[in-house]
Amino acid sequence: MFHIYCPYCAEYREEEEFHPRGQAHIARPADPEATSDDAWGDYLFFRDNPRGVHHELWVHAVGCRKFFNITRDTRSYAILETYRMGERPTVTANGPEAVPSATATLTGALA
Amino acid sequence: MQRYSGFSLVKHALSHHENWQRHWRNPTPKKEYDVIIVGGGGHGLATAYYLAKEHDITNVAVIEKGWLGGGNTARNTTIVRSNYLWDEAAALYEHAMKLWEGLSQDLNYNVMFSQRGVLNLGHTLQDMRDIQRRVNANRLNGIDGEVVTPQQIKEIEPALDTSERARYPILGASWQPRGGVARHDAVAWGFARGADALGVDLLQQTEVTGFKILDGKVVGVHTNRGDIGAKTVGCVAAGNSGVLAGMAGFKLPLESHPLQALVSEPLKPILNTVTMSNQVHGYISQSDKGDLVIGAGIDGYLGYGQRGSYPTIEHTLQAIVEMFPIFSRVRMNRQWGGIVDTTPDACPIISRTPVRGLYFNCGWGTGGFKATPGSGNVFAWTLAHGQAHPLAAPFSIDRFRTGALIDEHGAAGVAH
Repeated sequence: MFHIYCPYCAEYREEEEFHPRGQAHIARPADPEATSDDAWGDYLFFRDNPRGVHHELWVHAVGCRKFFNITRDTRSYAILETYRMGERPTVTANGPEAVPSATATLTGALA
Repeated sequence: MQRYSGFSLVKHALSHHENWQRHWRNPTPKKEYDVIIVGGGGHGLATAYYLAKEHDITNVAVIEKGWLGGGNTARNTTIVRSNYLWDEAAALYEHAMKLWEGLSQDLNYNVMFSQRGVLNLGHTLQDMRDIQRRVNANRLNGIDGEVVTPQQIKEIEPALDTSERARYPILGASWQPRGGVARHDAVAWGFARGADALGVDLLQQTEVTGFKILDGKVVGVHTNRGDIGAKTVGCVAAGNSGVLAGMAGFKLPLESHPLQALVSEPLKPILNTVTMSNQVHGYISQSDKGDLVIGAGIDGYLGYGQRGSYPTIEHTLQAIVEMFPIFSRVRMNRQWGGIVDTTPDACPIISRTPVRGLYFNCGWGTGGFKATPGSGNVFAWTLAHGQAHPLAAPFSIDRFRTGALIDEHGAAGVAH
C-alpha cells in the first residue's frame, strides 16, 4: 500500500484516499483546429509507459480533492517525490536537468 | 512427435511411464531465421504453431526471456467467451472460440476446454439495457447468447445470491453457453509441443535487448545469447510491448498495469459456470482442482512489478461475498499479479509498425487468454503474407490517428 505525501495537505495519507489519473505534464495543443491528425492522435492516445521513472498525475480524491504530481519508479513502485501542479519534477530518468516532453512524438509515420 | 492416445497410455504403463518423449527440444539458436517471434506465451507460441502448420514457414524461432508460458498465460483466470459488442471484436473473438472448440484434437493435447457457460450479471436497469443490446448484437453476428431472468440464473448457478435482499439485486444476465474455461498452462504447452514438432526452435532464457534495423527494415534482434538474424519479427510481449517498441524507436498507445487474481483453498464442486459482474466488479469460476479462481481489477497506476495492491484485493473479495455470501469464510490460498498492456479502446493492436518487417500483436489488456488461438492464427497469417489478416485489419495501430476506435470498454464482461 502506498503512503503518499499530499503536497497541499502537507501530510502522508494512505493510498485509498487517492486516485491515479495517468501521465502528468500533457499539454493540450494550443490550436486544435490547426493540429494534424497525427499530433492530435498523439495527444489523445499515446502515453509514456516507461519501465522505470514515471511522472504521473494523482488526485487526493477523499482529502483536499486537489490534483498533484508524483514521480514514481514503475519497477519498484517507490515514490521518488510529490510536487504541486505547475511545478517541474526534480527527479527524472535522464538526470535533474531533463524535463519530460510535453507532447509525444512518433519517429516517422507508418511505412 | 509421439502422439498421445489411450493406446500410448497403456503401452507406456508397461514401462512405468518412464520413457515418454520430452515435450520440446532445447535447441541452440541458429544464425538466422525466416521469422522470429519475441515472447513465448500462449499468443506467441500459437503464432509459431500456425505459421508452421498453415503457412509452411518452419524456420521460426520463439524467443522467451524467462520460461514458456510464464507470464500472463500462467496468471490469468482462464475464462473463454466471445460475447463482444462490436462486429470487429466479435468476429475476432468468435474466430478464437471456433478454434478452441477443436483445439485439443488439433494439438493432440488436452487443453481441458470446458464449455460450462458464462453469466454476465446485470444489477441496474442500464446494465439490463446494455445486456439486451449486446446479446442482440451477438446473435446478429452468429454468436450464441440469451438474456436470462433471475429465476433462470438460480437454476444455472444455485450458489449465487439471486434474492432481492442483496445490496445490488440481480435483475438478469447474459448467458453464453459456449463460453467456459480452459487449462491455461496446457494451452501454452500444447502449442509449444505442436510448434516444436513442426520444426520451430523454442529459445528460452533468451532476452531480446534490441533490434537490428537497416534502412528502416528489421534484419534481426540482439539478445543476451548473441545476435540472431531474421527477415520478419513479430512481437507478442504483452506488458513489455511498450519497452520493446521503445527499443525499435517508436511509441505504442499502451499503458502497462498490474492485474491480479487469486485462488482459494480447494472446495468440493460448488460452481457450475463462470459468473462475472461488471457492477459489483468481480468474476469467479471453480477450477477442476476445486479452487475458486477469482479475478480482480487492474491497479490504476502504471506498474511492471507483477504484483497488485491490497486495496484491490479487498474490493474484489467484497464483490465476491456480495454475490456469493456462502463464500464469506473461504480462505484464500494464493494471490499474484500480471502486467497487462491496456489500450485506450480496450481492443488489441495487431499491426505493422513504422519499422518494415516488424509487427506487433499486443494490447490485449485484461482479456487476452480467451483469444489465444485466434490471435496466433490471424497474426501468423499477417506475418506470412506481410499484410493484415482481414479479421486483424481493423486492429491496426492506425486507428489511434484516424479515430476508428473499437470501443469495447464495459461493453462485455468486467470493466477494468
